[in-house]
Amino acid sequence: MTEGKSYAAPGAVLGTGALLVLGAVLGLFLMAGAADPVMGFHGFLFVAFCTAGVFWLIARHYSAEVSAPDAEFNYSDGVIRAGVIASMFWGVVGFLVGLVIALQLAFPALNFDLPWTNFGRLRPLHTSAVIFAFGGNVLIATSFHVVQRTCRARLAGEIAPWFVFWGYNLFIVIAATGYVLGVTQAKEYAEPEWYADLWLTIVWVVYLLVFLGTLWKRKEPHIYVANWFYLSFIVTIALLHIINNLAVPVSWTGTASYSLFAGVQSALTQWWYGHNAVGFFLTAGFLAIMYYYVPKRAERPVYSYRLSIVHFWTLIFLYIWAGPHHLHYTALPDWAQTLGMTFSIMLWMPSWGGMINGLMTLSGAWDKLRTDPVMRMLVISVAFYGMSTFEGPVMSIKAVNSLSHYTDWTIGHVHSGALGWVGFVSFGALYYLAPVMWNRQRLYSLRLVSLHFWIATLGILLYITAMWVSGILQGLMWRAYDTLGFLEYSFVETVEAMHPFYVIRAAGGALFVIGALIMAYNIWRTIRGDLREEVTALPRQAVAAAPAE
Amino acid sequence: MFSHAVIEKNSILLTVLTLIVVSIGGLVEIAPLFYLESTIEKVQGMRPYSPLELAGRKIYIREGCYNCHSQMVRPMRDEVERYGHYSLAAESMYDHPFQWGSKRTGPDLARVGGRYSDDWHVAHMINPRAVVPESVMPGYPFLARTPLNFENIADDLRANRTVGVPYSDEMIDAALADVRAQVNPDGDGVDEMLARYPKAQVRDFDGNPGMISELDAMIAYLQMLGTLVDFEAYRAEENYR
Repeated sequence: MTEGKSYAAPGAVLGTGALLVLGAVLGLFLMAGAADPVMGFHGFLFVAFCTAGVFWLIARHYSAEVSAPDAEFNYSDGVIRAGVIASMFWGVVGFLVGLVIALQLAFPALNFDLPWTNFGRLRPLHTSAVIFAFGGNVLIATSFHVVQRTCRARLAGEIAPWFVFWGYNLFIVIAATGYVLGVTQAKEYAEPEWYADLWLTIVWVVYLLVFLGTLWKRKEPHIYVANWFYLSFIVTIALLHIINNLAVPVSWTGTASYSLFAGVQSALTQWWYGHNAVGFFLTAGFLAIMYYYVPKRAERPVYSYRLSIVHFWTLIFLYIWAGPHHLHYTALPDWAQTLGMTFSIMLWMPSWGGMINGLMTLSGAWDKLRTDPVMRMLVISVAFYGMSTFEGPVMSIKAVNSLSHYTDWTIGHVHSGALGWVGFVSFGALYYLAPVMWNRQRLYSLRLVSLHFWIATLGILLYITAMWVSGILQGLMWRAYDTLGFLEYSFVETVEAMHPFYVIRAAGGALFVIGALIMAYNIWRTIRGDLREEVTALPRQAVAAAPAE
Repeated sequence: MFSHAVIEKNSILLTVLTLIVVSIGGLVEIAPLFYLESTIEKVQGMRPYSPLELAGRKIYIREGCYNCHSQMVRPMRDEVERYGHYSLAAESMYDHPFQWGSKRTGPDLARVGGRYSDDWHVAHMINPRAVVPESVMPGYPFLARTPLNFENIADDLRANRTVGVPYSDEMIDAALADVRAQVNPDGDGVDEMLARYPKAQVRDFDGNPGMISELDAMIAYLQMLGTLVDFEAYRAEENYR
């Protein structure tokens, strides 16, 4: 199971080296001629990245370590280990920033009246850190793990997977520092500016090639269902990213740009992107995780092969249509709103089809819920998935949306999906991966996993119930009339009414952060190879099965 | 008979079919918005942003105001009574990108123009709780202290023209002068600026004539929001098709 390092082809090494040198020169040019200081800073980051890459290539070339193919397929696991650590790091960062902005809404003095710390700049930092930094690293790491195991083939390329990992994380750093310094496209979940978008496009194409290249090397005749979902996630995100970010830069050496689309066209393009960032990044990608790690951990096959096929094609077909439900009653033409609503309601069916397929995979293994907290996390994530994919279609109904839109109900809905589904399924996968990737007997402590589970679940419940109440309350207050036919509440009275719920929400968020810190500690001790002596209810064979990858 | 195994064994077929399946919805919903004439109403009064307003909009975007403020009044009775006439698609036709927002932690700003005095905006930006004690908005005192960086504003107009905003050569050439003219009613070029940007408001917005600050630009932008379309002349029925 020790990973052997295979030498990359000399041409690939030299080619990558040449590109990195070229990149460093380009970065120097950007540094020198930057039209604004942030571009100068990002040019510097790019130079540092390329220079480090060149040294890494040289060190790698002269490294004494020789290929040691003692494992049957000599999988590339180093990049997955890096991904596990990066996921954990960005997860904690993203959750913490979320807690900070939740506290800012409850106690506005925490904005400190500074540009770099105000809510408007930190909120994109939070959303990008959790979705793209945490979620993205989880998706890249798990996809590299799943595609190798289910294809019984080593990742395509020796340098390319590492380029995907480091290149993607460079994108994150450029995006995150940009927000804090005031660089944004002002499109939710697509805030990074044109040059960061171009860089991500390059990284993403390499990611697609590594993934496809591994599929081409497969020793299994069939492509496993999890890989269909990963592939659709990679391909569709590329499509969404490129089209939604079409823009004209003000200057080739400046950070600012203007979107190609304006007004209503820009709105629907953005929410076509935005909703499918949910549909393909946060759903299809994480369903791939479900389709591999739930059966693996339960040691049962996926419940229904036929349901997988139906689930996959209907989900990816219907999701794309749902964007207009973010624009109900706006200046978007009615026909588009109605289409969006109709497809959003239909989307309930494949979503629950997938949920059933995941849950029923536990048929005959339900006892593991009692004995294995990692399994419990995975199963609850699928339950949250079912809950939020029921709530979503309900909120897409125009009558409901007229109340819920612009309120915290939307925020609560997003977090039941993000914390409950994406968070927990990621935690489950990371808890599975850590002992396997570092070749440990088991996790450092299963009791800590159980503690994490309960603290985080309590946190999520506080969060989403607070947001249900505040959202519906504020929506009702906005539309309330007194007996004389006047609006009953001024806007600021509805803001004041939110305060207790914002405090409860922040408390829920704090619990979720504490859970993540417990997890980070547990993963760190697992990596170190420590085993906490504890009485666990885990059946003996499951303990033994974990490292026997 | 068809077997799904064919797709499962061919990664290229799987990729191509996925691309086709995920393209349909977007094509059907988005593409018509670019050619259906009924998408954007015919109105009188819409014009591109003046250079100062555009600079203010850039600050609005930089500070992430869209995270908490919508600019889209829906046609419900309570919203129309609270904020004014429901928003038209035409009103954001020069917004690259749109600023409709998705959350109202603070109130809608689509028609905030003219609702408060400049003095109120200055006090509110420096410390929101000085004028609205229950507000949870961050303070932006640094806007009043920071000189507006507008030397390259003509490049912004030019980039806007590339993406379809009808800025003329004259507007681009005069961009720098127009910024100065809009904050100085006694200076030169005010009439020319107003001819280029009808209904633009000309005054020192932040109460500090000694400096063109970021706050000048921000308030100029806020004070024009929702004021351009002439609703006296607007006939909704004419857009029915």
